Amino acid sequence: MSGGRRLYLDGVSVVFDGFRALNNLSLIVEPGELRSVIGPNGAGKTTMMDVITGKTRPTQGTVNFGEIDLTRMDEAGIANLGIGRKFQKPTMFDALTVFENMELALKAPRGPIACLRWKLTGGARAQIEQTLEEIGLQERAQDLAGILSHGQRQWLEIGMLLMQDPELLLVDEPVAGMTDAETEQTAALLVRIAGRRSVVVVEHDLEFVRALGRRVTVLCDGSVLSEGSIDHVQNDPRVIEVYLGR
Amino acid sequence: MKHPLLAFLLLVALALPARAQDALTAALEGLGTGFNQTAEAVDRLGASGDPRALPLLRALTEGRLLRRADGTLLIRGEAGVIEALAGAPAEAAEASPVRLNNRVRVALRGALGRLQLLSPDAAERQAAADAVFRSRSADNVAVLETALGRETVPAIRDRLLLALAASRLMASDLADKMAGIAALGASASPEARAVLLEMRGANPGLAAQIDEAVAAVDRRLAIRRAAETVFQGLSLGSVLLLAALGLAVTFGVMGVINMAHGEFVMLGAYTTFIVQEALRTIPALQPWSLPLAVPIAFLVTAACGAALERGLIRHLYGRPLETLLMTFGVGMMIQQAVRLAFGAQNREIISPAWMQGTLMLPGGVAVTQNRLWILVFSLVVLGLTVAAIRLTRFGLEMRAVTQKRAIAASMGIRTGRVDALTFAFGSGIAGIAGVALSQIDNVSPNLGTGYIIDSFLVVVFGGVGSLAGTLVGAFGLGTINKILEPWAGAVLAKVFVLVAVMLFIQRKPRGLFAQKGRAADA
Amino acid sequence: MSLAVLPAAPDARLRLGLRAGLGLFILLLAVMPLLNLLPVSHPLHVSDFLVSITGKWICYAILALSLDLAWGYAGILSLGHGAFFALGGYAMGMHLMRLIGPRGSYGHPILPDFMVFLGYQELPWYWLGFDSFPFAMLMVLLVPGTLALVVGWLSFRSRITGVYLSILTQAMTFALMLAFFRNDMGFGGNNGFTDFKELLGQPLNTTAMRSGLFYASLLALVLSFLLCLRITRSKYGRVLTAIRDAESRVRFLGYDTTRHKLFAFVLSAMLAGVAGALYVPQVGIINPGEFSPANSIEAVIWVAVGGRGTLVGAVLGAFTVNGLKTWLTSAAPDLWLFVLGGLFVLVTLFLPKGLIGLAKGRTK
Repeated sequence: MSGGRRLYLDGVSVVFDGFRALNNLSLIVEPGELRSVIGPNGAGKTTMMDVITGKTRPTQGTVNFGEIDLTRMDEAGIANLGIGRKFQKPTMFDALTVFENMELALKAPRGPIACLRWKLTGGARAQIEQTLEEIGLQERAQDLAGILSHGQRQWLEIGMLLMQDPELLLVDEPVAGMTDAETEQTAALLVRIAGRRSVVVVEHDLEFVRALGRRVTVLCDGSVLSEGSIDHVQNDPRVIEVYLGR
Repeated sequence: MKHPLLAFLLLVALALPARAQDALTAALEGLGTGFNQTAEAVDRLGASGDPRALPLLRALTEGRLLRRADGTLLIRGEAGVIEALAGAPAEAAEASPVRLNNRVRVALRGALGRLQLLSPDAAERQAAADAVFRSRSADNVAVLETALGRETVPAIRDRLLLALAASRLMASDLADKMAGIAALGASASPEARAVLLEMRGANPGLAAQIDEAVAAVDRRLAIRRAAETVFQGLSLGSVLLLAALGLAVTFGVMGVINMAHGEFVMLGAYTTFIVQEALRTIPALQPWSLPLAVPIAFLVTAACGAALERGLIRHLYGRPLETLLMTFGVGMMIQQAVRLAFGAQNREIISPAWMQGTLMLPGGVAVTQNRLWILVFSLVVLGLTVAAIRLTRFGLEMRAVTQKRAIAASMGIRTGRVDALTFAFGSGIAGIAGVALSQIDNVSPNLGTGYIIDSFLVVVFGGVGSLAGTLVGAFGLGTINKILEPWAGAVLAKVFVLVAVMLFIQRKPRGLFAQKGRAADA
Repeated sequence: MSLAVLPAAPDARLRLGLRAGLGLFILLLAVMPLLNLLPVSHPLHVSDFLVSITGKWICYAILALSLDLAWGYAGILSLGHGAFFALGGYAMGMHLMRLIGPRGSYGHPILPDFMVFLGYQELPWYWLGFDSFPFAMLMVLLVPGTLALVVGWLSFRSRITGVYLSILTQAMTFALMLAFFRNDMGFGGNNGFTDFKELLGQPLNTTAMRSGLFYASLLALVLSFLLCLRITRSKYGRVLTAIRDAESRVRFLGYDTTRHKLFAFVLSAMLAGVAGALYVPQVGIINPGEFSPANSIEAVIWVAVGGRGTLVGAVLGAFTVNGLKTWLTSAAPDLWLFVLGGLFVLVTLFLPKGLIGLAKGRTK
């Protein structure tokens, strides 16, 4: 990625009916950075993703991607800026085949007319097949996505994320339901991706976060509790209190 | 109100027999000898203020007053001919009818009007007051003052005061005129306004006072019209509230879309009809058929609702569009079944006496009793619904199941039973609504069709899942509709409201009383 | 053609069979007006009644296709498609009324009878241009299309979906029905338009004209089918399916779902308008009853019975249910509404994929 943009959250709060899901959260993710975000349930991890991708509007605060104010854009607009998201619960289109799911995700003009006139060229086909190979689903290309196992769905969603060719990937609990080997593979994939793109990984699994081995942000009650290397945050007394003390 | 009047008449009859008789006889002088003489005699009779002259004047109007050559006046009635004042039977031979011309007729109208002002019959007095108001003559002032002195019925007093004011306005005396203008200006009657405007041209000197009085009448009229519009709006709102309340439970709380809701309302109305017919054999209970129909209709439609939920709807949970289509089909079948059983024509529901008639509120605001009852009834039903949800064990279980089904089930709540009961509850409310609507709408198989869209708009406008929203939504939409009606007509007002709700949902997709937070996204 | 197969019909043999069946069916329809020309005594003679009612059903099949595009593919359950059908019909009706010219009962050179009767002095502005056939045909597309654009844009933009959208579209057609019942709307009020005389210079009541309208409808059906086929088999069709199943996920892929749904909805409304325009000269009347919400929801059941999400299913459903209706309303009129209501229950509970789904189940 040439130059790349940085993700910049400052003083973001989200209030649902008096409940503060995010409380004055500030976070900066540099271009090409791989960042892990951890935190107990209800810490605001998913809400943070929702704010970045336009699903939820912040009650206050700044959310910028490079120079662009994300709070003024809708989900589709943000996705087209180059911010891709993998959901906690893998979501895809069960009535379409694996290949068609990938094809929909493939970076291409998104308008109705463009879709109507779309022809699958050799280049695009090769790109899809190459990614399918990367995520190990080349054998299942013509199967309906609805019949995939949970782990395969995780992979398909990661594949779809790659097809979008995003500048920033937001990955929500990518290894839930994966075997140890798959978890390792995923970690390797994410590390490989980072550098070319920015990646934010939300995860419960501390071993996985250790395997990623990069900067870690700990969220609690909607704001940043601690930030630094995995060893740093694991020795932070406040983190210990939140994770182990209760 | 009857007794003081009767006593008074008795007093008059006892205290003034002879002198009045003489005065009356004297007043008859010349009647029937020529048109001018007749007219003068009629005027004298009118001025006498004696009600006993009434039969004579009526007979004259209808051409039944005869005059014998000896001057005796006779009245031809159904029972034969009698003497005009004495009432003794008489011979009609050689008697000829007293003839009328226009002058006599005008005099008659005035005299009859004045005498009827003193009639023992309230309706007659009311009509006379109106007639005198319309005829407007300074001569009436005296008789109107007499009549006012005796009148006890407030509504008629109001009319008399108006007539007096209008008559004073015709007087030559400036002070009288000013008093008349002031009295008319203090009223809220469109007729008073018309009189004032009419007199404006004839009294250029008083133009300023008259304009002021007209403005005052206009203000009062505007307030009255506003009050009436508000009542009509509240009344429509109460109808919408009743129709929507059941839906607020089944759709709002449970999230089940029931297109047969309108048919449940219709079933409630037919239950009312059946109860009424069943009670025909027991006259003592007849006036109570409506209150009796309420619980019965609730049970009938609640049973239908429970059967629908257990038998069909529960298989479609999580598939709202299919539920919508399925319940639409069920509604279609219910409608056709009722059509085959009761016929397609309207069924007549008799309103009990206590719901009939019109109530006059101060300021001349007219309120129909049945609409007032329905307004009160809708609020009572709302109150009971809220109480059932907030205060009872069933309500607690219902809220638990709709909010967190799995957790409720794990706590030992039988969620299937709660679903059935909740749906039955909402359907039962629809049945109750049907009882009320049978009073103001045609009881026919397609009674419910008209309410389903309105009900949904109310629930969605108010905010799904909020009874407070349903209340505000119903009364809000009802009032807006009635405010628009005079401008746009009934149909376009409805169309405007539809469009307005669509636009409103643009701005607040979750309605007025939105359920906020994460739960709303689920 | 891409190798990606359509998921709607995984069984290629069944699909082939359905195609062949549909082709045969269209062919059968095409010979009907010809068989009508045979002498009445001939065993293959087809009655006037059957030809004219089949002409109506063809229009219904186009309406079913349009609804299937919106509901079966894009997941937009419109309970107001009858409004688009009726608006197309009214646009055609206005053209036919203008063509009556001085032949009306009042003999006014320009004003239709009902306007003379209501004391109109001149043609309302929105009637201008309808004397031209191309203009009227443009309006057949534009009026329903514009209404769909406005209603769709307002709804999709604020993410009104599912039953909310259904109720909204039902309210839309209900409001239009109330409005068209009004005399001062300038659309003939209660009675609507009737007593048409001619179209394209030909009198309407001749056999040739009736056959012409029949073939025009059949052609429109075939073209609509091909258009819908083209749409649903493109990537756009797959985007629609994706929107139907998980709209928000599609948005996160960068698709502006509002635009996509709007495109499908407007196109679908225009198709419905075409169906209505072909319907009106064949039945000879259009009135506000066509806006009745019950009509729209009946069209939904055609699609549901046939099998939503399959184009053949929509056509099949329109013919099956309407055939059943024609037969039952004369054989046992009291029963028809029970059967129709029962179809709603039956299809939603037991046959979610309709008759086509039933056929699929068999071949497996």
